[in-house]
Amino acid sequence: MQTLHVPQTPPVASPTAASEDHWTEVIQPRTRLLDLGLRQVWNYRDLVMLFVRRDFVSTYKQTVLGPIWFFIQPLLTTIMFMVVFNGIAKIPIGDAPPLVFYLAGITIWNYFAQALTSTSTVFTANAAIFGKVYFPRLTMPLSIVLSNLVRFGIQLALFLVVWLFYLFTTDKVHPNAYLLLMPALVVLMGLLALGLGMIFSALTTKYRDLAMLLTFGVQLLMYATPVIYPLANITGEADGWKKWLILANPLTSIVETFRYGFLGEGTFNWMYLGYSTAATIGILLVGTIVFNKVEKSFTDTV
Amino acid sequence: MSDVAIRVENLGKLYRLGEIGTGTLSHDLNRAWARLRGKEDPFAKIGETNDRTTKGSSDFVWSLKDVSFEVKQGEVLGIIGRNGAGKSTLLKVLSKVTAPTAGRVKVKGRIASLLEVGTGFHPELTGRENIFLNGAILGMTKAEIRSKFDEIVDFSGVERYIDTPVKRYSSGMYVRLAFAVAAFLEPEILIVDEVLAVGDAEFQKKCLGRMKDVSVNDGRTVLFVSHNMGAVTSLCNKALVMGNGQVVFDGGVQQGVDYYLRQGNSATAGSYRNEDPKPNDILRVDLLSPALESQTNFYFNEDIILQVEVVISDPEKNYVLGFRIKDQTERNVFTSQIAIQDITDQAGTYTVQAVIPHSTLVPNRYTPILALHIPNVEVAAYLEDSVSFEIEETGTDFFQYAGNDYGCVFVDCKWSLI
Repeated sequence: MQTLHVPQTPPVASPTAASEDHWTEVIQPRTRLLDLGLRQVWNYRDLVMLFVRRDFVSTYKQTVLGPIWFFIQPLLTTIMFMVVFNGIAKIPIGDAPPLVFYLAGITIWNYFAQALTSTSTVFTANAAIFGKVYFPRLTMPLSIVLSNLVRFGIQLALFLVVWLFYLFTTDKVHPNAYLLLMPALVVLMGLLALGLGMIFSALTTKYRDLAMLLTFGVQLLMYATPVIYPLANITGEADGWKKWLILANPLTSIVETFRYGFLGEGTFNWMYLGYSTAATIGILLVGTIVFNKVEKSFTDTV
Repeated sequence: MSDVAIRVENLGKLYRLGEIGTGTLSHDLNRAWARLRGKEDPFAKIGETNDRTTKGSSDFVWSLKDVSFEVKQGEVLGIIGRNGAGKSTLLKVLSKVTAPTAGRVKVKGRIASLLEVGTGFHPELTGRENIFLNGAILGMTKAEIRSKFDEIVDFSGVERYIDTPVKRYSSGMYVRLAFAVAAFLEPEILIVDEVLAVGDAEFQKKCLGRMKDVSVNDGRTVLFVSHNMGAVTSLCNKALVMGNGQVVFDGGVQQGVDYYLRQGNSATAGSYRNEDPKPNDILRVDLLSPALESQTNFYFNEDIILQVEVVISDPEKNYVLGFRIKDQTERNVFTSQIAIQDITDQAGTYTVQAVIPHSTLVPNRYTPILALHIPNVEVAAYLEDSVSFEIEETGTDFFQYAGNDYGCVFVDCKWSLI
């Protein structure tokens, strides 16, 4: 384990048996399943922040519009959704103004989708650097989720501007106390993306097939999440298996609650949200374990 | 200084050969099933050592097997061995890039390796940003880097470009900056791979200088991997010789280098037998040490004895036995010969010895071409690849030119001040 304190001279040798046992680190084949090395990650927290900064700075260097791209992407998607799903397909979305409705869904969905896709390639994309130098591998997915959080913050600001506009000019937007759950929802979403991303990144080192699956899988998953339609559309008895499919998706209640807090429209159910939380914790735990197991040997298989 | 800095205990690393990706799922399931029943990994055949020249029966190979050694604080350990002996794998395990399959390593202090120079540099970021990023990857905190920032920039000599993205740097500037970060890491244990020998002369000198500095002045532990015996003998005080994934020698540097050179080299052959001789022919060729033992690796300052057995049925013919020394680049170095009539006028089998004087051939690999012939008339025997030998760099004045072509022979010219 790396210590923060770096002595300028090596520790003075003392020929006692006690000092022999004072190892700073033991490298061995298989550590205990739950030995996640979180303390190491904490020691490397500066690195996490530098990675976040790197992601941020490098993405928009040499672009004319720079960070404005953060706004353009969700706005254009929203307009497209309004035209296709609201204008052409006429999927009912309740009383809420379509612009706010879609933008809310897209903002939080993008956060999840981008965090997931970029964490899922952590091992394969960083094979070169991972193969040469050791640092806690967890810092990489963590920094990715954090830099996506920053991006989400910016897109959330855009959403808030639009939302405030509708709040003051119309009476179709009804924010309520569940708005206070928003930070928790964002954390849940981030952890879920982190957990799933780690599982995928660990497995793609061996089975590249999963990388193919993930790219369109994320797109498909959006339709299994109430992003472009409210959950209320499918809670009827007649919907049967479709209803259970959507409800089994832990993202469902997160997106739905997020929109409910802002718009006062949609479904909110503590039980659904509790299920999402439990699923997130489970996935995160599995993800961390799998990730830690793979990080030790992935240089041999990637 | 008797404190142990690194203790390696029964370290093993199993690698799978061949293509990875086909059948892995079924192997994984098999392995999981075996583990569930508490059995051994069915694909890890124990006892298969790593010898790249022979074909094993299993797809799995032990790159490291039962490796145990200790390095004391402040020691400079040279790790030597032929290609594929497991040196790089050992370094990978020590630097935690890959986990061992068996055994353990106990370490006291921070390990840094100079083989990771420039890892994690992002082309779009400026030099300044990259110093921080690279430093953090190598395990420094922001505060540590900040306190050394000026020294790093100074050492690198790219101050003027420090706020320019590194993608605009020349490759030389890039390496200088990268090395500067690594050089100021101040680890307790430093790993230096021979890979660094690819840099230009100035860079090499800087690396070796920094290494010496680190070990002598700061009393830090250094692990040095190299094929250059001259560098090993001059820099290290202990040596670890590896062969086929195992430690075959652990001790003083001079004995270690000796051991390494005395090991048979699969690329050189010390003797040749003619199974099907003609009436006038070369029967056998042997390379011998001054002690008349079979040997293919020689010190620079060691006589080389070429022993040839010939059969002569027509002693009246003017046969000449000769050899020509060729170096690795097929360059002819010199020719030497003896007339058979000078030895004998009887038919029979004779053994002759030629002594190639020491301190003549510079460190390199050489192949003697042997011939029994009547000049311009008849070639009775012509052996192109019978034996070969290697002169090892053991600390001549030339080791610093390793890799450069400074000729084939050493001539002790008389220098004098007029």
